[in-house]
Amino acid sequence: MSTTLKRVHGYLAEFDSVQDLYHAAEQVRDAGYNRWDVHSPFPIHGMDAAMGNPRSKLPYLVFCGGITGTTVAFILQTVTQTNFWGSLGLTFVENIVETYPTIVQAKPTDIWTLPAFFPVMFELTILFSAFTTLFGLLAIIGLPRWNHPLFASKRFAKFSDDGFFVCIEARDPKFSQEGTKALLEKAGGRNIELVEDEI
Amino acid sequence: MDATATAAPQTPRILDREPLVLNNRSYSWITNRICGIVENKQPALWWILFIPSVLLTGLMVFCFAYLISTGVGVWGQKQPVAWAWDITNFVFWIGIGHAGTLISAILFLTRQKWRTSVNRAAEAMTIFAVMCAGLFPAFHVGRVWMVWFLAPIPNANAIWQNFKSPLLWDVFAVSTYFSVSLVFWFLGLVPDLATLRDRCRPGLKKFLYGLFALGWRGGNRHWSHYETAYMLLAALSTPLVLSVHSVVSFDFATSVVPGWHTTIFPPYFVAGAIFGGFAMVLTLMIPCRRIYGLDDLITPKHIDNMAKIILLTGTIVGYAYCMELFVAYYSANPYEADAFTLRGITGPSTWAYYFMFGFNVFAPQLFWYRPWRHNMWVVMFVCMCVNAGMWFERYVIIATTLERHMVPGSWGVYSATWVDKYTFLGTFGFFMMLFLLFLRFLPVIAIGEVKGVLPQSNPHHDDHAEKGVQEEDLMNYPDRHVAKPAAAVA
Repeated sequence: MSTTLKRVHGYLAEFDSVQDLYHAAEQVRDAGYNRWDVHSPFPIHGMDAAMGNPRSKLPYLVFCGGITGTTVAFILQTVTQTNFWGSLGLTFVENIVETYPTIVQAKPTDIWTLPAFFPVMFELTILFSAFTTLFGLLAIIGLPRWNHPLFASKRFAKFSDDGFFVCIEARDPKFSQEGTKALLEKAGGRNIELVEDEI
Repeated sequence: MDATATAAPQTPRILDREPLVLNNRSYSWITNRICGIVENKQPALWWILFIPSVLLTGLMVFCFAYLISTGVGVWGQKQPVAWAWDITNFVFWIGIGHAGTLISAILFLTRQKWRTSVNRAAEAMTIFAVMCAGLFPAFHVGRVWMVWFLAPIPNANAIWQNFKSPLLWDVFAVSTYFSVSLVFWFLGLVPDLATLRDRCRPGLKKFLYGLFALGWRGGNRHWSHYETAYMLLAALSTPLVLSVHSVVSFDFATSVVPGWHTTIFPPYFVAGAIFGGFAMVLTLMIPCRRIYGLDDLITPKHIDNMAKIILLTGTIVGYAYCMELFVAYYSANPYEADAFTLRGITGPSTWAYYFMFGFNVFAPQLFWYRPWRHNMWVVMFVCMCVNAGMWFERYVIIATTLERHMVPGSWGVYSATWVDKYTFLGTFGFFMMLFLLFLRFLPVIAIGEVKGVLPQSNPHHDDHAEKGVQEEDLMNYPDRHVAKPAAAVA
């Protein structure tokens, strides 16, 4: 349809090998671009340094998830099995649920039965951390996403086989029709194409 | 004297490593070979295995339906042997899963790059084995429709679970293990699902692969976080997998039954689980590599490494068996000593003890000899011995111990019923059916990860350098966290 409006997404350039891609990334980094990425079928060792990427913040999220899991397990078990909260004077916590603090297997009903709660605390820490890892990752990288302008490029499908690409996006302040293309050509890029997004 | 003899002596290439992918395969060869398994028609053998697996699954469903409609008494256990085949099968299957997590997590953290060729299938095996395992305790509770009592919510009388009980720890351990293994497996699959998506013609298949590939486009800004996430999951799974079988062993070790009440149980169970799991990985992967032509990806080196792990863990298990006997003697506890005399010499099921010892301790010793680690028939033979031996180990620990309680009045002999046997056989069908469906629809080898360990995937690899010492062997990698150069900020 000729009436479709198109917006330039960016320039896509293909490279022959990991080594070429690595050196191209160094050049794009040094040229001062920010809105760009390299696409490869597998993670490339050292590429973060070549691109100047910072370290992922994901571990902080996962730490919070893990602490939440430990806390949930501690509260779940102490509220339902012990008189711990009551002994602190927080009877309203104890009144949340009916409790039957019973001595089982000679384990007491106060806080000193805590070691018996460690396995569940450990397991919930791992469980919450793992789910935080998955959903935190998806949130950070902005997936799932059904479509993307890059998928419009026929060549780009090679990224999941043996293609190595650099894409510099048009929203980068340094982006220019000629300068960006020239940079990618100088870096050894082939089949440089302007990727457009239908709007 | 000929020319070669007079030439300068060649320096042995001690720094050369055995390649992980043979015959110098290219990226696209790897993609085509692995995706081809999913895209092409399955070989006749697939159907020959799949149809009986489905039938056996049907048998399993029938057995469980019979159990539900009649009562849990259709299984052979009664006092004094209240735990028998069902718990044996549970521990057996859950143990099988451990090799998958060891390969995917522990070998990842220890930078064992050879894991990339086998981790996907091993993780799939983990998930399917845990599914089989979970069935047994669920039906063992008797009234299976009450199984929700296991969940941490108050039951109809507002009574909560006993969180101090090892059985409840087990519920948490196994369900966490299943969930985390599934997350780990799925995360590993995402880039490979994108590969399958990009190769499909538009249609239902492309839609489904695309849905689960989450729109993956292989950007390094994604890979960077992805690798962090993968490492985090590996670091989380490592203590998890060690904890799961430890908690399973607590079911026994925290009781006061002679023969169960021992501190050696957690490490002994974990070693046994990894041992049995690796045998199952090899049992599945050796036929797979031959049938699907994956010999260049799963090389004799891989089989050799796994055989060595079987030898190591088998020897640990042998040590544990001997240590149990020693402690029974040295503790001077007559009940403990009796438990082991009964297992090995005077009891009604000594045959099981000798099967266990022979299959688990002696059979793997064949792997000391390198040519036997490279002979697939010998490897398969040992793996079959271990698969059987590990089942007997759990049977010996669980059923034969309970046959002789402290008081002679509560002695009995256990024998399995046909329902016990067919249910267990049925779970093998269920396991095989799931694994065959996995082969049919998902990439059996982690495509992206295997590509990542090829020499040409290293950005500092130099194609023109003489084969031997590569630049990357000598240099330190640039640190990941290099600050952006000043020119970029300006």
